[in-house]
Amino acid sequence: MGTKRQFRIWRGDETGGDLQDYSVEVNEGEVVLDVIHRLQNTEAPDLACRWNCKAGKCGSCSMEINGKPRLSCMTRMSTFEEDETVTVTPLRTFPVIRDLVTDVSFNYEKARETPAFAPPAGVAPGEYRMQQVDVERSQEFRKCIECFLCQNVCHVIRDHEENKPAFSGPRFFIRAAELDMHPLDAKPDRKEYAQAEMGLGFCNITKCCTEVCPEHIKITDNGIIPMKERVVDRRYDPLVWLGSKIFRRGQVPQTSVTSGHHSGTATASGEQPVHSHAGGSHDARSETQAQQGVNWHREVPHPTAPAVDANGKLPLTELTLDRAAAPSPFGDDVKFPLPPQHLNFAHPQQDEPKH
Amino acid sequence: MTETRIERHHYDVVVIGAGGAGLRAAIEARLAGKKTAIISKSLFGKAHTVMAEGGAAAAMGNVNSRDNWQVHYRDTMRGGKFLNNFRMAELHAKESPQRIWELETYGALFDRTKDGKISQRNFGGHEYPRLAHVGDRTGLELIRTLQQKIVSLQQEDMQEFGNYEARIKVFAETTITELLLDGDRVAGAFGYYRESGEFILFEAPAVVLATGGVGRSYKVTSNSWEYTGDGHALALRAGATLINMEFLQFHPTGMVWPPSVKGILVTESVRGDGGVLKNSDGKRFMFDYVPDVFRKQYADNEAEADRWYTDPDNNRRPPELLPRDEVARAINSEVKAGRGTPAGGVYLDIASRLPAEEIRRRLPSMYHQFKELADVDITKEPMEVGPTCHYVMGGVEVDPDSGAAAGTVRGLFAAGEVSGGMHGSNRLGGNSLSDLLVFGKRAGGHAASYAEQLPSRPAVPVAAVEAAVETALAPLHRDTGESPYALQQDLQAVMGDLVGIIRRQSELEDAMGRLAELRERVAKVSAAGGRRYNPGWHLALDLRNMLVVSECTAKAALERQESRGGHTREDFPKMEPKWRRVNLVCSLDGDKVHLAHKPLPKMRPELIALFDRAELAKYLTDEELAEFDALAEEASK
Repeated sequence: MGTKRQFRIWRGDETGGDLQDYSVEVNEGEVVLDVIHRLQNTEAPDLACRWNCKAGKCGSCSMEINGKPRLSCMTRMSTFEEDETVTVTPLRTFPVIRDLVTDVSFNYEKARETPAFAPPAGVAPGEYRMQQVDVERSQEFRKCIECFLCQNVCHVIRDHEENKPAFSGPRFFIRAAELDMHPLDAKPDRKEYAQAEMGLGFCNITKCCTEVCPEHIKITDNGIIPMKERVVDRRYDPLVWLGSKIFRRGQVPQTSVTSGHHSGTATASGEQPVHSHAGGSHDARSETQAQQGVNWHREVPHPTAPAVDANGKLPLTELTLDRAAAPSPFGDDVKFPLPPQHLNFAHPQQDEPKH
Repeated sequence: MTETRIERHHYDVVVIGAGGAGLRAAIEARLAGKKTAIISKSLFGKAHTVMAEGGAAAAMGNVNSRDNWQVHYRDTMRGGKFLNNFRMAELHAKESPQRIWELETYGALFDRTKDGKISQRNFGGHEYPRLAHVGDRTGLELIRTLQQKIVSLQQEDMQEFGNYEARIKVFAETTITELLLDGDRVAGAFGYYRESGEFILFEAPAVVLATGGVGRSYKVTSNSWEYTGDGHALALRAGATLINMEFLQFHPTGMVWPPSVKGILVTESVRGDGGVLKNSDGKRFMFDYVPDVFRKQYADNEAEADRWYTDPDNNRRPPELLPRDEVARAINSEVKAGRGTPAGGVYLDIASRLPAEEIRRRLPSMYHQFKELADVDITKEPMEVGPTCHYVMGGVEVDPDSGAAAGTVRGLFAAGEVSGGMHGSNRLGGNSLSDLLVFGKRAGGHAASYAEQLPSRPAVPVAAVEAAVETALAPLHRDTGESPYALQQDLQAVMGDLVGIIRRQSELEDAMGRLAELRERVAKVSAAGGRRYNPGWHLALDLRNMLVVSECTAKAALERQESRGGHTREDFPKMEPKWRRVNLVCSLDGDKVHLAHKPLPKMRPELIALFDRAELAKYLTDEELAEFDALAEEASK
């Protein structure tokens, strides 16, 4: 019932090797790992390949299939065309031991460098109390099966051996994030540590790691970005640096520039709350006057400062937003076209009778 | 041969196996100040424990405050059909909660109840919601937590000694092929690095076996390649004994379609959360298979069974939650009666029982697994499931308190699946994860104190090392023998067809003959290629372990003339009280398996008093019942 399929599998060791062609029988419902096992049973008994659970739970059988980092136990043969040659190669980021087996000890070294969970002082075993919503954030990262596909795909270390000493990689960024979000972890500086010691700043959020994660952990969005956003030291982080250039901040403590002024007037005059449009906030009376086109000297709205956090920094909102662009300079609550009563501009002649 | 390079290491305690039991044992030995090595056949953290989905049973009483260790003890004994080593069941029930809470101090994040405690879920055979869980990936959480605890101990050592591996080291992708003895004392362990094929010798006075099970001897199994009975065989060859080897648990619900994932488990939680079993006629057939001993606890109609999910106090449980052996046998009978699915299983339906959103929330990795591996959407269609070889109840006969192996050897300890007695003839779901922790800790602690009190370190005999090297290299030097893969398939065929779920005398005798033939062939196996990461060679070395353990199973299965738990004899379909008093003990006599009868230890009065007389009557002999009555009479005076 099976069909013959063409495979090219990398055979060799650290001294070199090449792709070898195999023609293998493939049956309905099989995955790439089944094919490798069939090869071991037949023409290549010493074909080296790691595997354990064969159910996508242990993360052992990581390899590159047609150039894509995948778990071979979770790559169904039905996803390929019948006449397609399937090329299987070892993970590229780690040194080859033999055939499809690579030396992944880099990851275990980095694991050892990541500070462990710090139990809270004075809480006895059995007395730990946490809410489900609070543990769920860390639980997402604890789904990690350590297949190291994210480490393999990360271009900071893929083909950049020189970055390995300073860079722990996505797997350990989410380990840091997991502990950072752990409701009872007693170590306060996970983010700072990730930035200073784990090379978080090298990451420029291309999301390749998230893409290859077989557990569908949102490594970048839920792990790396929240840490980047909140980390205090921004000097080493090219993205935050870039953000500061784009938003032209970093010179003055902007939080107090206009919002203080406005909240002052608003409370003093007891007027309706101001709203922000076109980067400005202004009172309702000026609006009415503007509509009537009578007051050319009405108060010009001050530009509103960006919504900065307690540290006076702008969140990198273009990255956490649901779209791939900077947020609207008009504010997120503004829909276009603007309703006329919200417009700042009134044509001087608008109310004059037409001739 | 003598010029072969062998890397030598000195340790106080060597733990073979890096699953839940092994890691917990290693943590304990290291905390006791002993220099500890962990030997892992795979990479660190890939152990088969990660496959455990349902949870870890511990009577914490977080969800139902009526739960306590006595109830858990009763459930365990009942599940094991009273063949359990009562002391192990007692220790397990008493100590599980502490072991689970301890994991939280290592950083584990279990699912929570509303008041912030560890949530507990229902599971087959457990009277109250008892399983601490993390979605359906509890085993992964357990392994990761223990793995990270070991890392944290290494970080402490780094601070103190400037070396992460000063007192605890993980030897990943390393296989032990031989235990070395000095007289009757363990002196060390010999093996090879899988990656390089280089040999390695550990000199250590205490060895803890935590190698897991034997499922790879079966065609349809949920077990990974590592489960080749290494620990069982190492123990036998070192002079220790195995008990209960006839008892294998076939998990009732493994995937049967598509073929590539045949054997992979569908967690029991699917049934605990409302999933029902149906045959090809669409009938919910489990109501026809409730044995008399369980009538009191299990519903006999759909209405009551369905009410139980929301009101467990006033209704009996659905029969889908019967112990695993009962469910496996029921499915087997339905399929044999021609009411199975095309792929030879039955339907497990949760799609029609819960809203899709709820299924995805409660069983995320099940949903994920079926979607990705089989392209089946469990929220829309039923699953096709059937029994798969899952767990071996039998194993190294141990002292219940210390985990020290029985037999003629000293300094050998065992914990987890490789040890026997705790689960009797059938293990309850959820009891294995807590078993790993409770007895892992005990074995590690006792191995450490054994090493501590030893007046002199045993010495590794040179001749034994040379013999071990020769045995290990033999398959590579032969080129006339059969392929290890072919031999494994033949062994799996013998075990699957003749020593499977339902057993018969004639088939078992046939199996004994075929295993003897296989023994000849395995002795001549040859492996192509070199020593560097050569899976063919690795399998060739594992085969002899699989073979000797299979012989134990077949022999004990032939001897035990009754049906109980994970051992069903078609020619002896009934449970016999007189057989309950007997443990079948395997030892090695030369290279032949020797089988002996040994009486079961007698339960202490206060423990047997936890049961109803009516229940005991189903298990005990008249003689034992008379003793029980005498006890009861004395107590009432």
